[in-house]
Amino acid sequence: MGKTLFDKIWEKHVVQSVEDGPDVLYIDKHFIHEVTSPQAFAALDKKGIKVFRPQQVVATADHNVPTINQHLPISDHLSRMQVDQLIENCKKHDIQLYGLGHPYQGIVHVIGPELGITQPGMTIVCGDSHTSTHGAFGSIAFGIGTSEVEMVFASQCLLQNKPKIMRISVEGKLNKGVVSKDIILYIISKISASGATGYFIEFAGPAITSLSMEARMTICNMSIEMGARGGMIAPDETTFEYIKEREFAPKEQQWEKKIQEWKQLFSDSDAVFDKELLINASEIEPMITWGTNPGLGISISGLIPVAESIPDEGERNNIIKALHYMGLQEGKSLKGLAVQNVFIGSCTNARIEDLRLVAGVVKGRRKNANVRVLIVPGSQQVAAQVKQEGLDQIFWDAGFEIRQAGCSACLGMNEDKIPAGEYCISTSNRNFEGRQGAGARTLLASPLTAAATAITGVVTDVRELLS
Amino acid sequence: MEAINIIKSRFVPLPVENIDTDQIIPARFLKATTKEGFGKNLFRDWRYKGNNENQLSQFVLNDETYSGEILVAGRNFGCGSSREHAAWAIKDYGFKVVVSSAFADIFQSNALNNGLLPVTVSEVFLQKIFSLSNRSILEVNLKEQTISISETGERESFPISAYKKTCMLNGYDDVDFLLNLRKEIEKFENLN
Ligand code: SF4
Repeated sequence: MGKTLFDKIWEKHVVQSVEDGPDVLYIDKHFIHEVTSPQAFAALDKKGIKVFRPQQVVATADHNVPTINQHLPISDHLSRMQVDQLIENCKKHDIQLYGLGHPYQGIVHVIGPELGITQPGMTIVCGDSHTSTHGAFGSIAFGIGTSEVEMVFASQCLLQNKPKIMRISVEGKLNKGVVSKDIILYIISKISASGATGYFIEFAGPAITSLSMEARMTICNMSIEMGARGGMIAPDETTFEYIKEREFAPKEQQWEKKIQEWKQLFSDSDAVFDKELLINASEIEPMITWGTNPGLGISISGLIPVAESIPDEGERNNIIKALHYMGLQEGKSLKGLAVQNVFIGSCTNARIEDLRLVAGVVKGRRKNANVRVLIVPGSQQVAAQVKQEGLDQIFWDAGFEIRQAGCSACLGMNEDKIPAGEYCISTSNRNFEGRQGAGARTLLASPLTAAATAITGVVTDVRELLS
Repeated sequence: MEAINIIKSRFVPLPVENIDTDQIIPARFLKATTKEGFGKNLFRDWRYKGNNENQLSQFVLNDETYSGEILVAGRNFGCGSSREHAAWAIKDYGFKVVVSSAFADIFQSNALNNGLLPVTVSEVFLQKIFSLSNRSILEVNLKEQTISISETGERESFPISAYKKTCMLNGYDDVDFLLNLRKEIEKFENLN
């Protein structure tokens, strides 16, 4: 029987198997950040041990950093202590840190790929659920908790049970105005926020393989939002082309050798998956969420469901609770809803291609006077590229605010919060209650839809602006 | 890690599905660099109004008629962020067991790694627990892998990996296990 892509990578990383228990899985790359690492470092210190393989660890500060005046000391005392702690821990354990002020600083899942650290066939972990992003390169990448961060520090290994594998194939071609964010929001709306719990997902099919690397990252990024531990896409020429010549990409002979290895990374034609799902790309329209989990989404021309029509009682109660929190009415369209905030950022959609999409819509236009628009590039390198391409001028002219790199209003840990009761159309990945600030109401959508809404001030079908 | 086997206690019901880790502990409370003290902000925005200490009386943690070491919640508990602070907060508040009909994967590992026992029951059994009075007692027996309702004697068994069960019963943690393996790991590195 053939093997899946997942099996091939997993098997190569098993150090040993515990009888009747998990596998000891070797981890190639470990990304860390300021929020989920301090307790793990403290635990090492308590045991009097050092990080086992510091060269396989890469650190950045992203979750809890301000997005203005990053050259000044952080004014929030607790945030400053946390960021300082990371600097101290990295120094003590000889870990490479791309901290504030470094030209490579940025959201951990943006910088790994852009520096060429993320490569096919690797096992990659980080104390952050959106580590799934790195799966876009054909690697096994998943988020872990702080105890597991400690385990990887101590041994470069984790005890893991092999998950089940689901393949989601997206056939056909995408419609105009539809981008990878819409594909993933569509899939999650179909299978629910818990529909892939216990699974690892391989995304396949022509509508996936025709995507750029950055668009693929958006898809893998949000696989966690349907409960999956991670998502992955088999590497191909697009992948190799993206990695080539990046800072930490293999060079010269090493490159040739790696390419040969990477070309073996695909699911065999007779591989058997625990579950298969087929999606037709032509059915997908621009998507938007109306509720308080990423599964509660509709197409932009669709209607919010009517609670009574949901047979399952638990789900019905969810919907009623979500509608109440969001201040929305069942059976209504979202189009035309006045929005006070637009957030373009996060590890889902703050790469250069995303910002080019936004610029394409807003060029020569101005934002609606009633909205506040925040653009937070995913990394310093993305921010530099924005400048180089002159996109920053387009954004300033449109009345958008451009900030420095970080997670920002994606999780509302720093000052960038959405005020209670206000709506925010956001290119991030979570619309949970209070995610963007206590009482904030988040509508998840693509960079195109967010840009169109910034211009009109109300939820807008971007296709109306494109034509 | 603290060893755990039999927990017999009243329970706190939270019949809401898809409770995500942002509800369990909002991001603004993640600035600490130690594991202690998160319990006071457990379910913060459901417990208090705004940033002051005005309790929302209808929320179950503010209702004195409910208490116990067992939290019972709706399906897909702990989805969202990988923040282990969620498990720390539940533990710090005083819970030792969380019961649901489904847990998100990362939350489940985080709970197990902190001596907080996640007990997965059928949806029918879960609803049965929700229909009990607030004085009812649940008994969770890890060795037997069972959960039972004291007043009716109804019981269900729950799954847990044999390895994790041993760890929890004895208070072992994975780090010690892995540290003992460093030689084998080095060997593996040299071969690959
Ligand atoms: S941008 Fe948002 S989702 Fe991504 S790592 Fe930061 S907080 Fe997490």
